[in-house]
Amino acid sequence: MDFALSDDQRDLTDMIRRFADDRFPTETVRAFGEPGGFDRARWGELAALGTFGIALPEDDGGVGLPVVDMVLVHETLGGALTPGPLVAASLLAGLVPGVLEGEVVPAIVDRPTHGPIVVEHLRDADVLVVVDDDGLRVLPAAAVTARHIDHPTDPATPVSVVEALPDEAPIGGAALVARLRLLGSLYASAQLVGNSEASTTLAVEYAKERHQFGRPIGSFQGLKHLLADCLVRTEVARSSVWAAGVIADEPEAGDLARAVAGARVLAAKAGTENAKTGIQVHGGMGFTWEVDAHLFLKRAWVLETQFGDPDGAAEAVADTLVG
Amino acid sequence: MQLRDSEADADFRARARAWLADAVPTLAPEPDPTDWPARRTRDTQWQRLLFDAGYAGINWPAEYGGRGATPTEHLIFLEEANRAGAPDVGVGFVGQMHAGPTLIAEGTPEQQDHHLRGILTGDHVWCQGFSEPEAGSDLASLRTRAVRDGDHYVISGQKIWTSHAQVADYCEMLVRTDPEAPKHKGITWLIVPMDTPGIEVRPLVTVQGSAEFAELFLDEVRVPVTNRVGAENDGWRVANVTLSFERGTGFVGEMLETTRLHGELVRIARQTPRASGTAWDDVGLRREFGALAAELDALWAFTKRNVSAGERGGIPISGGSGFKLAYGALVHRLGDLALRVLDRASLSFDDIGGLPTGAQVHGKLHGFGVSTGGGTSQIQQNILAERVLGLPREAR
Ligand SMILES: Cc1cc2nc3c(=O)[nH]c(=O)nc-3n(C[C@H](O)[C@H](O)[C@H](O)COP(=O)(O)OP(=O)(O)OC[C@H]3O[C@@H](n4cnc5c(N)ncnc54)[C@H](O)[C@@H]3O)c2cc1C
Repeated sequence: MDFALSDDQRDLTDMIRRFADDRFPTETVRAFGEPGGFDRARWGELAALGTFGIALPEDDGGVGLPVVDMVLVHETLGGALTPGPLVAASLLAGLVPGVLEGEVVPAIVDRPTHGPIVVEHLRDADVLVVVDDDGLRVLPAAAVTARHIDHPTDPATPVSVVEALPDEAPIGGAALVARLRLLGSLYASAQLVGNSEASTTLAVEYAKERHQFGRPIGSFQGLKHLLADCLVRTEVARSSVWAAGVIADEPEAGDLARAVAGARVLAAKAGTENAKTGIQVHGGMGFTWEVDAHLFLKRAWVLETQFGDPDGAAEAVADTLVG
Repeated sequence: MQLRDSEADADFRARARAWLADAVPTLAPEPDPTDWPARRTRDTQWQRLLFDAGYAGINWPAEYGGRGATPTEHLIFLEEANRAGAPDVGVGFVGQMHAGPTLIAEGTPEQQDHHLRGILTGDHVWCQGFSEPEAGSDLASLRTRAVRDGDHYVISGQKIWTSHAQVADYCEMLVRTDPEAPKHKGITWLIVPMDTPGIEVRPLVTVQGSAEFAELFLDEVRVPVTNRVGAENDGWRVANVTLSFERGTGFVGEMLETTRLHGELVRIARQTPRASGTAWDDVGLRREFGALAAELDALWAFTKRNVSAGERGGIPISGGSGFKLAYGALVHRLGDLALRVLDRASLSFDDIGGLPTGAQVHGKLHGFGVSTGGGTSQIQQNILAERVLGLPREAR
């Protein structure tokens, strides 16, 4: 057992972090959500780093690293609020031609059993991949009848409502779908961990600067305790997400379905609770569009429902308890 | 990054498992939890078995009688011991987790010779006399005085919440040796034999109904100067030497026990009738079971992160205090769930309906011990906020 980051893993995430900070500053992140704002050139640069093929074998054009390294990359991207269909591209690189290189922009949806069919990034996508129990279908995005929503909750994540999903013949079988669902859930949870840490960092910085009653507000215990709890939620969620990532590489080390579901429960809680705390710590500023605090919460809402939701995940874990 | 056992670890695990399978059944049955002398006997009997088999002080250096094993092997042994139903460290906690490591780091050769083996064999039981009525969270404000008289210190004052004091042989005690110095600077760490004249032990009954801890009244207790660990007035630093250890992995045995309690509650829920079906059919309860299992898995992974960090040199504060804070909150949530499942069966410490319901009520109350003992949750929050997040200190 060696459950700590290696130097190579640290280098990888440092590299991604520097790239994201440099090429996806906040203005860019916000602009991605506006009509016509999806910047294909930047998306292509992200792809050119090898991002989507981290865990793809080298023979298939990928980097050939373990899944847990992809988890770390998503954690880093989540912390930087990097926009775009990151989970979709990571799942489909190697399956759908052009995705790995960033030339084909994908959207993905797990066919819901109820409620509206809401798809992220469909407006800017070239293909839509529909996943259900018996396989996956690849459709040209233009062939899908959809209503693009004018005001998506997360300003950096455009969403569309699809009326009906065409019924093409599926490619890939149930086993592939099962794997994609688990990895999709895991990558979204990893982004939630990064999100939960970054929203806390933003709040901590503010709490050190902002003065009231003649002192920095961060010296007040009421805020300190809120922020300490944020730190703990992140570390607990990170532990579970990393463990699930390792189990994806080492099936003998645990039950992957349980690990992924458990990671979802904790990552969703860390993402949303920390972002809410972050807004509160900012006071009135936190309620403004201008400060980034709300972007973390809104992104967390997007991520916590990708390939599963916390309640369903909690039940999935319970189903593994034999008693 | 790996979770799987290395070949050497797998081998160690297999040998430990085989030994435990033979050893655990030879133990006397568990005594009544309120019978401390009987608990001491059983815990120390188990410790002797561990010692004779080479499993005592797994993470202690071999030169001090330990096994000199890696922290990972220590974790594996704790995991296997719990799986085998072996006793937790019990009355050996302070000696093995606190006093022993402190003596290894800071003790004189004579102190090490005299004490370490006894801790490992189970012959010496230790308690911790840190807290005082006026010095709890603000531990450094302690007032128990030790005045030098020739080659002795003469101690007078009062300690409180001293766990296992009734059955302990030695006490690691913090005393004030310089009342004029700033409060952190005038403290000294002493080894106090519990049979020294002038020590009165008055048991205190906990909310769980057992005299787990006690008050110590100290009236001119004479302790040789050679019992001092570290320099005079340097006791605060000495006391902090092993605190990160206690906070990092000291709770592993307890956490495994909590995991067992969670599993038992699943069984109880499946057998507890509700208006329709069983408690397990209630989706709200089931989700909470799932969420708590997820959190237990996560804390186990967190522990492995801490152990891996420890192997590379030192558990970060976020690992130690963060773990304790999360674990304390978890125990409270599990206790809440237990009461929702047990409903009116929770009105009894004794088992009801042939199910181990009493342990769940104990577990519920035990949550306060976790979130208070060893530094309260609020103190851990202060530590994390100031030392990890770098928030400004409060005006004090
Ligand atoms: C089961 C158990 C076993 C124990 N065993 C031992 C032992 O063997 N040896 C030993 O020496 N001690 C032992 N203790 C004592 C333990 O370390 C203290 O109880 C603990 O440090 C809290 O101190 P206190 O009880 O004086 O509470 P107080 O310090 O009076 O705290 C009361 C409340 O005020 C809060 N509070 C205090 N200061 C602050 C602050 N600065 N900011 C925010 N909130 C604050 C606390 O969080 C708590 O909620 C044990 C305690 C328990 C419960």
